[in-house]
Amino acid sequence: MSNYDCRDIQAFSGVMVFCEQREGVMNQTSFELLSEGRKLADDLGVDLWGLLLGSGVEELAKQPGGYGADKVFVVDDPLLEPYTTDAYTKVITEVVKEKRPEILLIGATNLGRDLGPRIAARLHTGLTADATHLDIDTKKYMDFLAEASNLDLTKGKWNMEDKGLKMTRPAFGGHLMATIICPRFRPQMSTVRPGVLACAEFDAAKAETVTVEPLKVPLAESDIRAKVLEVVKETKEIVDLIGAEVIVSVGGGISKDVEGGLKLAEELAEAFGGGVVGASRAVVDAGWLPSDRQVGQTGKTVRPRIYVALGISGAIQHKAGMQDSEYIIAVNSNPDAPIFEAADYAISGDLYKVVPLMIEALKEV
Amino acid sequence: MKYIVCVKQVPDTSGKVAVKEDGTMDRSKMATIINPDDLNAVEAALTLKDKNPEAKVIVVSMGPPPAAKMMHELLAMGADEAVLVSGREFGGSDTFATSQILAGAIAHIGLEQDDIVFCGRQAIDGDTAQVGPQIAEKLDLPQVSYAADIEQEAGKLKVKRILEDGYMVIEAPTPCLITCIKELNQPRYMTVKGILEFDQKPYTVFDFETLKDEPLIELDTIGLKGSPTNVYKSFSPPVKGAGITVEPTAEGIGSMVSTLAAKHII
Repeated sequence: MSNYDCRDIQAFSGVMVFCEQREGVMNQTSFELLSEGRKLADDLGVDLWGLLLGSGVEELAKQPGGYGADKVFVVDDPLLEPYTTDAYTKVITEVVKEKRPEILLIGATNLGRDLGPRIAARLHTGLTADATHLDIDTKKYMDFLAEASNLDLTKGKWNMEDKGLKMTRPAFGGHLMATIICPRFRPQMSTVRPGVLACAEFDAAKAETVTVEPLKVPLAESDIRAKVLEVVKETKEIVDLIGAEVIVSVGGGISKDVEGGLKLAEELAEAFGGGVVGASRAVVDAGWLPSDRQVGQTGKTVRPRIYVALGISGAIQHKAGMQDSEYIIAVNSNPDAPIFEAADYAISGDLYKVVPLMIEALKEV
Repeated sequence: MKYIVCVKQVPDTSGKVAVKEDGTMDRSKMATIINPDDLNAVEAALTLKDKNPEAKVIVVSMGPPPAAKMMHELLAMGADEAVLVSGREFGGSDTFATSQILAGAIAHIGLEQDDIVFCGRQAIDGDTAQVGPQIAEKLDLPQVSYAADIEQEAGKLKVKRILEDGYMVIEAPTPCLITCIKELNQPRYMTVKGILEFDQKPYTVFDFETLKDEPLIELDTIGLKGSPTNVYKSFSPPVKGAGITVEPTAEGIGSMVSTLAAKHII
């Protein structure tokens, strides 16, 4: 660990993914990051490493292999359960100083967003927040821009040999996209939005053969200054917006009959063969649905097969969270509502009249 | 006892956003507001001060001189002192650089045993949620992010920290840093007395000269040039092509559903 120098670019190699687990369950975001990390590692011609922290987590250690990790580093310590900022920061920075990955990815869960900045500051490197797209290869990045932007790619000089990580994220509430680089320090770090990057199929054979390397990092109770007294799960029903195939979201347009509007949304989701009800910020702020239902820049990013927006005007913050859905159906009484710009099917009309018609039509399919 | 609150003036991204031809945001054409989560942080400090009237609430912001107006509003809300960190050398800083400068400014004010630093969880222009934890790291303070409830007892805090599916109760010794979310409280308004008296309260500007010798600030990693991260490209998000207009009638909707079924989407 001697001579660790964050500016010595050549001393760093490999892609590391922090595999977040809570209470013995690795989260979906970790799998998305590993799947993406595999591609980045292949473009660089280097190894992909999973990093797993916890207490009694050896059973999980092979899982990252199923999503492409070449090796999994495991730090198992009773003081690593539950998550604390102090313990996780200490352990991860120590592991990074020893293994020196050129890239470190962390899920932008609310623990990841607590941990990432602390680690980056301690390692003296940059951190991109909430990335939604990552590239190494310049050609692939240009292909992405050709699709996702109106930039004139023939302008300017492109360094096709560049192997730096290009981290793209929405900024200004989704009004702009920015690609961030970290050219002078290592590791290049990013937190990555849950639910955005595609997840590979789990490969059981690869999980079986992956190398697991236990690591010891000295950790004492006194290292943990902010202590967790208890972890409380809310008994409320957990709605999995991110994994849903069909989402019917409601917006301020349900204000004239909130109960009726929510009921229609539930029924429509049901008519699609089972879906979940999401919400715009207006609905969550009004307290009509809990905040875990919120879709958008400050809520969740979703990309279901079908997204139905009922009475949602379509602020850019909302669109940032749903515009990658496969099919978007928008119902709004205002024909000029911005939501229609994102819609595949635009229905300008009263949702209280349109939704029953949709439910009827779906029953006949 | 001091409660130091970091605040940021941000463009109001909820309304119309002016974008320049090169794809960057035209801040000069946009209304500015106090970042919403930061108001919750200010309120958290003022609430604790209501119980400990001897405590002093100091608001600190990094930004250009026009941010003074925001600082006046915060003084009128009840803050006791305001510090504006402003200098050309600081402009264009990323979160790493910004947190170094703010940590340096807080160190310059001085942090004592019972003090608490408050930040909003994140600012609506960048949505990074990074500056709070990074200030905590630079100042070597324990941190609690996403705070939805705060109780101060002798020498420590008990904080309810929100998770996606519940919450944690965290006990942190002071001094420490807390990042605040909107569930924490309802920010108070300026008072008439506050508006009449804000200009009698201390208002200080820390410029580059003030802070350049602070050990927490590395002069080669601040500002646009020094920041570890750089913007490589920026662009407007894609706009989808016009969709199909569906009549709000049984026929129109029936035909849409048939098309979806024919494509095996449903």
